[in-house]
Amino acid sequence: MSHAPTHRRLPGYLQALLTTFLVVWLIMAAVPFLWTLWGSFKVEGDFFSKADWTNALTGELTITETGGAFTGQGYYGAWVQEEFWRAVMNSAIVCFFVVTISLTCSTLAGYALSRSTYNYAFWFLIAALIFRAMPPITLVSGYLLPFFEWNLWGHLSTTIIVLVAINQPFSLWMMTSFFRNIPKDLDESAMVDGCNRIQAFRHVILPVMWPGVITTGLFSFLLAYNDFAVTALLLEKDNQTMIPKIASFLGTTQTKGNVMFAVAAVISATAPLFVLILFFQRQIVSGLTAGAVKG
Amino acid sequence: MRHGTFLAFVAPSLIAMIALIVFPVISVVVQSFHAQHEQVIEIVESCGPFGCSETTAVNQEATQALREAEPLGRFVGWDNYVNRGHLAFAEMAEAWSSSETWGEWWSKVMNLPFYGAIVFTLTFTFIVTPLTIALGFAIAVAVNSATRAIRGPLIFISLLPFIINPIVGSLVLFWMVDARGILGQAIQWLASDPDLSVKASTPMMWIMLMVYGVWHSAPFAFVVFYAGLQTVNQDTNEAAMIDGANRWQRVRYVTIPHIMPLVTFVALIQLMDNFRVFEPLISFSAEAHAQSLSTYILSDLTGETVLFNSAAATSMLTVVCVGILLSPVLVRTWRDFKRA
Repeated sequence: MSHAPTHRRLPGYLQALLTTFLVVWLIMAAVPFLWTLWGSFKVEGDFFSKADWTNALTGELTITETGGAFTGQGYYGAWVQEEFWRAVMNSAIVCFFVVTISLTCSTLAGYALSRSTYNYAFWFLIAALIFRAMPPITLVSGYLLPFFEWNLWGHLSTTIIVLVAINQPFSLWMMTSFFRNIPKDLDESAMVDGCNRIQAFRHVILPVMWPGVITTGLFSFLLAYNDFAVTALLLEKDNQTMIPKIASFLGTTQTKGNVMFAVAAVISATAPLFVLILFFQRQIVSGLTAGAVKG
Repeated sequence: MRHGTFLAFVAPSLIAMIALIVFPVISVVVQSFHAQHEQVIEIVESCGPFGCSETTAVNQEATQALREAEPLGRFVGWDNYVNRGHLAFAEMAEAWSSSETWGEWWSKVMNLPFYGAIVFTLTFTFIVTPLTIALGFAIAVAVNSATRAIRGPLIFISLLPFIINPIVGSLVLFWMVDARGILGQAIQWLASDPDLSVKASTPMMWIMLMVYGVWHSAPFAFVVFYAGLQTVNQDTNEAAMIDGANRWQRVRYVTIPHIMPLVTFVALIQLMDNFRVFEPLISFSAEAHAQSLSTYILSDLTGETVLFNSAAATSMLTVVCVGILLSPVLVRTWRDFKRA
């Protein structure tokens, strides 16, 4: 878009208003995370300071208790004492397999849905939309009894498959809308040249579909990484992923008086997402708007 | 595309969805019509020095054996739906006839767990959704008016509350509004009440949950609207300017109509997402003050005795609510499809 910016210049008072608003919003968006990051290197008495809120910045008690203004106690407690690293490993395994399996399924299905002109393709997508709207916890209440009976409960593999299925509706919509943007002529001309559908997909579509796959993959990753309802209820204590682990810290550490473990774990779980946005901001934005622009 | 090829391509996805979405729903339906077997009661004759008497006792072993043999329990029809934990017809009728004022009736209804949950869920959904749209639009306009060079970093920071995990995001906020946290102390100072605590007050808790809800989803609305603002037709805008339209009129008659379909889209997604509000209630440990439909199901599934049937009935009622919420969209999509 190369319209002249002069047309869009706002009057001074309006610009000032918008800038003020923007600054307020940025503070709202960023400060809670910065505050917690800073506080994660303090002791509890500073992070939750009844005496003086500036203690959380200067770390009065942290200095008296540990000798330095910053302490890694929270991180040590979370990662070593409470074995948060196990949860991190489990999360990594779950995310990797969910993204791989989910992308394979939804790429194939999304391609077929974008190319089919029959009514059932439409109904397929509508069913997916309804599934997307259902709270995952309602499905979990359906899993528990059969899973207990068939001894499927508590395994990482079960959770992975469940997350793949819950992920499907959203990924399908996204992949379908991406494939609709790849002209039909491309694969149809390949088929005129003698390819069958699978060959056309492999040789013509596969090389050009990666932007869509990456964006959909990002959102599958976010879903698997952020899930709480499924992982909290389908996994045992010793193979928990990060988010249920953090939630369980709240139960155990509050009583032990060591809420700082949870604070450190929260920061540890947030850091990868921070890096993710840093590198994939463009894809995330395009993914969020993909559904909107194409209806 | 031929039917056979289509089926081959969608098969993995279809199987996953049928096995792990459709079947669980069926499982939920079946469970919701069953209840755990009652305890096996035996009549035991105990004879003492003063003659024999018959007493009833629970046979624990037989109960255990029966419950394990038939985990599904016995068929009870609609009982699970109408009992006190769900639609509570009897209690509602009683509350209606015994209450003299609307307030009295309302407080009785709010004491029924299912109605309490649905009132909170709907309040949350219908307050957070419009506020999210408004805030998202305001951020989009503000970022759009900023210098092009700094827009990237602005978008980066704005995305944070949305991308960060909801459990984590709400925890971060919760720690800040804790009575010993910085925001909590600020609130105490503003209200000049040193004992004020968000954790202890129901209205404060509801407000905090909704503030979190808006904070968390505003970035999504912002990104969508921002993308929309990039594609406003500048020719139309200029034509309107030449015709003498002032700034407000151009926003009203050019920008808003262009953004309107996006508002519908954001509203739809937000209605779906806010209706399943779940994580913030857990992070805020809000169960004493607010219960959503999702956390109500969770509390049945994680309680001391696991109430599968009660959870199943709530799940079914939730799915029905989702259906009602979505019906206008489904009807519209169907019409668009028929027209196309």
